Amino acid sequence: MTTAAQVRAALSRRWHPAEWLFWAAAAGSLLLSGHHLLLTEIAILALFALSLDLILGFAGIVSLGHGAFFGLGAYVAGIVALRWTAEPLSGLAIATAASAALGLLTAPLLVRRATDLSRLMVTLGIAMLVVEGANRLSWLTGGADGLQGILIDPLLGRFEFDLAGRTGHAYALAVLAVLFLIARWLMGSGFGLSLQAIRDNPLRAQAIGIPVERRLVAVCTLAAAYAGAAGALIAQTTMFVSLDAAALHRSAEALIVLVLGGTGWLYGGLVGALAFKLLQDALSALTPHYWQFWMGLILVAVVLVGRDRIPAGLDRLRGRG
Amino acid sequence: MAELLRVTALSAGYGDLRVIRDLSLSLARAEALAVLGRNGVGKTTLVESLVGLTRRFAGTVALDGRDISARPPEARVRAGIGWVPQSRGIFRSLTVRQNLTATARPGPWTLDRVHEMFPRLAERGGHMGDQLSGGEQQMLAIGRAMMLNPSVLLLDEPTEGLAPVIVDRLFAALGQLRQEGVALIVVEQHARGVLDLTDRAVILDRGRIVHEAPSAELRHDTAALEAHLGVASAVLPRGAAAP
Repeated sequence: MTTAAQVRAALSRRWHPAEWLFWAAAAGSLLLSGHHLLLTEIAILALFALSLDLILGFAGIVSLGHGAFFGLGAYVAGIVALRWTAEPLSGLAIATAASAALGLLTAPLLVRRATDLSRLMVTLGIAMLVVEGANRLSWLTGGADGLQGILIDPLLGRFEFDLAGRTGHAYALAVLAVLFLIARWLMGSGFGLSLQAIRDNPLRAQAIGIPVERRLVAVCTLAAAYAGAAGALIAQTTMFVSLDAAALHRSAEALIVLVLGGTGWLYGGLVGALAFKLLQDALSALTPHYWQFWMGLILVAVVLVGRDRIPAGLDRLRGRG
Repeated sequence: MAELLRVTALSAGYGDLRVIRDLSLSLARAEALAVLGRNGVGKTTLVESLVGLTRRFAGTVALDGRDISARPPEARVRAGIGWVPQSRGIFRSLTVRQNLTATARPGPWTLDRVHEMFPRLAERGGHMGDQLSGGEQQMLAIGRAMMLNPSVLLLDEPTEGLAPVIVDRLFAALGQLRQEGVALIVVEQHARGVLDLTDRAVILDRGRIVHEAPSAELRHDTAALEAHLGVASAVLPRGAAAP
């Protein structure tokens, strides 16, 4: 079994040694001065991809519009900071709740029209509605100019959000870690197992007593909340929100991350975000105009060759060398 | 014996197609009923109608005196119906242990008791659901249904594709369930073995019950078996020649 498969099988039990290593490395990244902004972006993208993994990897719900919840979280966090309180944890909580509410409202649309194509269309439509809504409500959202002038109070009243991004990095990583722990516990519980049963065969799952609709609505709401938290983090750490927050490419990015990292084992979003951002950083430094070409090529290779076969193939080549 | 399940004038099927027609039957607590019939006569549709997976045109299904006809499948499971589908329906991305515990409900049947009945499932607990043999999958499907602590267990062709030695072990386990008060409805195409396990048998044809008799009596009624199943020899012990 691969590490991913072992972790997947063991989510409900003790931690795999690779997990300890991963989180030790994540905590150690706080010491990497000069890279905090990139690492903050990675942590936020990882949380966003983790939220998509909850519905795609565990419940089998495809989405092209997950950016809607990210965007809403970002706007709510920005608006709360501008109009109500600049305290970051309050803004995070309110933004998460707002996205969860949108998730709860829209989940029945995904659950009842249960084909992949209809889900793709519905999620895409929701994202378009959010983008257009944000564009129209320019008195509240800043419209095409975005929300400007956001200032966030020091974290816990002590830690200023500095230009180097140190506080933002620690904040994003801490939120990611806490939400990951909750997701790990939930997905290893009967709730998570029942989602996997639904993904495998919804009809059978229903016939052995799993309330399929309710479980899917619950996980859609949870995933929306996570995406909203990621959106809030981007708003608070960059202190700016634009229509870009809910745009289609935002949703596509999360999907790409999961293609790179794999679905249904929670770490796919985290590993994928790390790979995606590092690749993006490296490729855009090498070929600023054509980095997307190389990224596309890598994605095609990952999908066609298979994620598990690439390291095995590299090992074989190394053995021959 | 107290009545557990009553089906009254049930007509059910898929889309606009009526497969089960005006079918009535009853089952007492801890009773075992064999549902026999050739291929395509509606046996699986009957079971799926009891689970709530078909379209009901008319009639009622009552469990413990309560009408469950309009309830969705998950509510029927909560009411006490356990189902072991023909395809076994093992969740391939869950381990054996997770398959058993994902939907467990409180009651006398726990993971330990299922392991006691099927020790092989304890040995294979960490394996993924799709890494099991046919016999192990059937044990898992039955074990998973028992973890729901049902009052009646519906088994759709549980012996299909299994080696005789595995079939014997499964029937021994089902016999144990009966002794513990679980009622059984066992759908089989062939009568062999299932008539030894059950108290009564019904034979279906074109969605209706065309013959009903105590299992012990039907076992020797070669005329009825020949007429409705066309395979009287199938009830003889394995290895014996037909008269």
